[in-house]
Amino acid sequence: MSKADTTDAVSDDGVIQSVSGPVVTARDLDARMNDVVYVGDEGLMGEVIEIEGDLTTVQVYEETSGVGPGEPVENTGEPLSVDLGPGVLDAIYDGVQRPLDVLEGKMGSPYLDRGVDAPGIDLEKEWEFEPSVEVGDEVGRGDVVGIVEETVTIDHKVMVPPDALDEGETTEVTAVESGSFDVTETVVELANGTDVSMHQEWPVREARPSANKKTPRTPLVSGQRILDGLFPIAKGGTAAIPGPFGSGKTVTQHQLAKYADADIIIYVGCGERGNEMTEVIEDFPELEDLANGNPLMARTSLIANTSNMPVAARESCIYTGITIAEYYRDMGYDVALMADSTSRWAEAMREISSRLEEMPGEEGYPAYLAARLAQFYERAGYFENVNGTEGSVSAIGAVSPPGGDFSEPVTQNTLRIVKTFWALDADLAERRHFPSINWNESYSLYKDQLDPWFEDEVADDWAEKRQWAVDVLDEETELQEIVQLVGKDALPDDQQLTLEVARYLREAYLQQNAFHPVDTFCPPEKTYLMLTTIQTFSDEAFDALDAGVPVEEIVDTEAAPRINRIGVQEDYEEYIEELKADITEELRSLY
Amino acid sequence: MKEYQTITEISGPLVYAEVDEAIGYDEIVEIETAQGETLRGQVLESSEDVVAIQVFEGTSGIDRDASVRFLGETMKMPVTEDLLGRVLDGSGRPIDDGPEIVPEDRQDIVGAAINPYSREYPEEFIETGVSAIDGMNTLVRGQKLPIFSSSGQPHSELAMQIARQASVPEEEEGDDDEDGSEFAVIFGAMGITQEEANEFMEDFERTGALERSVVFMNLADDPAVERTVTPRMVLTTAEYLAFEKDYHVLVILTDMTNYCEALREIGAAREEVPGRRGYPGYMYTDLAQLYERAGRIKGREGSVTQIPILTMPGDDDTHPIPDLTGYITEGQIYVDPDLNSQGLQPPINVLPSLSRLMDDGIGEGLTREDHADVKDQMFAAYAEGEDLRDLVNIVGREALSELDNKYLDFADAFESEFIDQGFDQNRDIEETLSIGWDLLSMLPKDALNRIDEEFIEEYYREDDAEREVVEAAD
Repeated sequence: MSKADTTDAVSDDGVIQSVSGPVVTARDLDARMNDVVYVGDEGLMGEVIEIEGDLTTVQVYEETSGVGPGEPVENTGEPLSVDLGPGVLDAIYDGVQRPLDVLEGKMGSPYLDRGVDAPGIDLEKEWEFEPSVEVGDEVGRGDVVGIVEETVTIDHKVMVPPDALDEGETTEVTAVESGSFDVTETVVELANGTDVSMHQEWPVREARPSANKKTPRTPLVSGQRILDGLFPIAKGGTAAIPGPFGSGKTVTQHQLAKYADADIIIYVGCGERGNEMTEVIEDFPELEDLANGNPLMARTSLIANTSNMPVAARESCIYTGITIAEYYRDMGYDVALMADSTSRWAEAMREISSRLEEMPGEEGYPAYLAARLAQFYERAGYFENVNGTEGSVSAIGAVSPPGGDFSEPVTQNTLRIVKTFWALDADLAERRHFPSINWNESYSLYKDQLDPWFEDEVADDWAEKRQWAVDVLDEETELQEIVQLVGKDALPDDQQLTLEVARYLREAYLQQNAFHPVDTFCPPEKTYLMLTTIQTFSDEAFDALDAGVPVEEIVDTEAAPRINRIGVQEDYEEYIEELKADITEELRSLY
Repeated sequence: MKEYQTITEISGPLVYAEVDEAIGYDEIVEIETAQGETLRGQVLESSEDVVAIQVFEGTSGIDRDASVRFLGETMKMPVTEDLLGRVLDGSGRPIDDGPEIVPEDRQDIVGAAINPYSREYPEEFIETGVSAIDGMNTLVRGQKLPIFSSSGQPHSELAMQIARQASVPEEEEGDDDEDGSEFAVIFGAMGITQEEANEFMEDFERTGALERSVVFMNLADDPAVERTVTPRMVLTTAEYLAFEKDYHVLVILTDMTNYCEALREIGAAREEVPGRRGYPGYMYTDLAQLYERAGRIKGREGSVTQIPILTMPGDDDTHPIPDLTGYITEGQIYVDPDLNSQGLQPPINVLPSLSRLMDDGIGEGLTREDHADVKDQMFAAYAEGEDLRDLVNIVGREALSELDNKYLDFADAFESEFIDQGFDQNRDIEETLSIGWDLLSMLPKDALNRIDEEFIEEYYREDDAEREVVEAAD
């Protein structure tokens, strides 16, 4: 049920029988599973989650203090849906797609009051509709019939709703309007009786149809060296970022939201901190989209259900987010969805499940946890849409394992599905090595299918260089174990030099300062050149060592430490060229 | 108002009674025992004919004939500016023999969530006068920054030091507007011992801090269930003072571990399916509903800053209480038993400590332009020194390079000069950073790879003579 039209709802009302936190039981309510209902005198929004005899259990999306037995429950007869149409971008919603800015105005208070509702998109605002079909054209489901400039960055494509026609069926356009309309007005009429407006609804728990899922072959470039360079994610790929608190999950998610080269960003703040969402709300309108200089909000939709907001709405916010993502995918856009954090979502499931007194699975989580996680991540992918365009949804989920222990159910069940794993590490975070992604534990299964892109677009030996870096880092890990026992000076010279090279890899290449105006975004070219610089140092240094120069002298050279400053250089090409020459010259002068 | 004598079951802190009218969830209940004692409780579960009531004062003395009255409203906190300077019990009743409190308003203690859209991002520095916090893990207005401690550690002294010294630098510029933005401290004690409570009270009275404070006391021998209400009373008062009376409110809650134990007790009595270590599955949500009440609101002068204190059972931060807390709060300060046994005051271990809101609260115009770089470099150098300590135990100092030895010296000096300032010393941020540069100058210039060259130029102390001059000037 969308909030856009509550009037034509059929209702078979019931009466509250008992209340326990967000779970309410109603008697004599005639409802289907997942129907949206309005609970109590205040009309709190809820969803049917269990039916047993004449008792219906409802999870309520709002605080239930003061609600008591005997109060009415009204059924809307429709499942939880989102409102789709122009106005979704540049908006900020709670977990059931109520726009928070509108709520603030309606409630007249900075606190979230109860029983106030608002449609997900402004039903009165007029948009300039430009048709792309003519009377007599044949259209099928999902076909684009017109265009609306939704924001400065994004053209919103008005589509025939996917449920208006069957697969393969087409119908004739019988009337086309052009000009200024609100989203509820009909802009295109079809011969089969469908009136197409700019507004669609879609039930959140159901994936929007697609024609075909394809293997993703383009990277989602993030401008983060360790991600692009070592563990890339594809457009249409899935990734998990697990880490204990304080290891930088949220900063990594924010960086992706800011710099990933997707067309549309859906950011879901699921059960996280209020101040963090405020930071996004304040920062994004001011930050520039690197691709076009427009405000970042012009390509972003935010869903903020902070930890203290009702737990049932937290359960639904992930679905709200992915449904919006699918809608823009249908228009042929590359969409990236960040969910921070999927653990809070899982905990919301656990909380509701325990209130239902369901038999718990592992660590109290419901037995269907794995299935729900899989369903969510399966809605990501690189798709051929029903209208023939191609679009993608990349899903990046943060995971907050209790005590940072990756063996817990949410992390484990997520790892079974996602193909990219960015493991955050408390030790690295503690020594302020950011992003604190552990290079030994992380992996990306997209590497091979993305290498051709990097080789075409950046450099022929992209994969080779990456392998070199990985080898050096692996060797360092082994050597560090020895160093812990006997000290660095006990190692032979060549191994000491390897440690030095690895140190540059760690400090200059893998570390990246998200708060530095230049270093915060590193284009793949720079990522590549940086690596070649370190390799130049490595090659020259080992040559010097072979020529008999003592390792202390090599380490003590003056040019090499400038590698650490490549990250903050805006004109990096020139800087790197000069630096390579200086390193070579200095090291060769030693012998 | 109807009275019932229909109690069917009494179990732990819970009472079940039969009713024949609709009773709202969370409603307040009064139970009168045969001895004429009135106990207060709250509806935990409400169905058509039976309600579960959680009794704050404990259920002893209640029998089947006790009468139950439903007040028809949820729990409220009477609030007024006159609360400043007062001492209340855990349910908000005065216990200081002062005059009766005439409330200006009565507010629901289950605060509604702040609309994230209406929040203002916290970015104003609070100077606590503690170098380990101001320099390395800066606190900002509207933040929630817990102290992770364990039994037997001086976390109370640290909390008192912060409460005493905390100031907002802007304040000193002298606001014309008298109601402008004053500082207030609200202290919520949950299950602490009488002795600890006395220490707090003595300190409050000695330093005159009481007049800008409100104290809520739920002591160790007070009913455990009352502890679930105390922090909500505290935060309702804090929100009132901050967002309606323009105070900058610092809330200190101690000890959150006792609060969580009370939650577990109620959960067990209700025979709920337990989560990790027997704590209820909704503990994350419950804690979030407390911690998230920190913050700032657009268009309002005041702010609520929280410093919850929790003692980690077994000094284990993967225990559910610190773990869930860490996921909600914006960082944490670790009090370290090892540093404590070395006699450091305050024994803060800066390495695992973190302030998430720090980066936006420091720098030019807020603290000083070199603050972020200095902090990063000190973290890196101290971590390096810490690592080397392990190695020294095996191979000895002689086996290490000159630079490694410098890192070791740095780590020692960092603890003795930067961290160990004593619970009575109040350092301003300039002094903190100046000590930082003294220490960093022990390292060679080119080891300072996280500091902008410009700042090295300006602040690095070239020789010992200069260092001494600076020290003498302090």
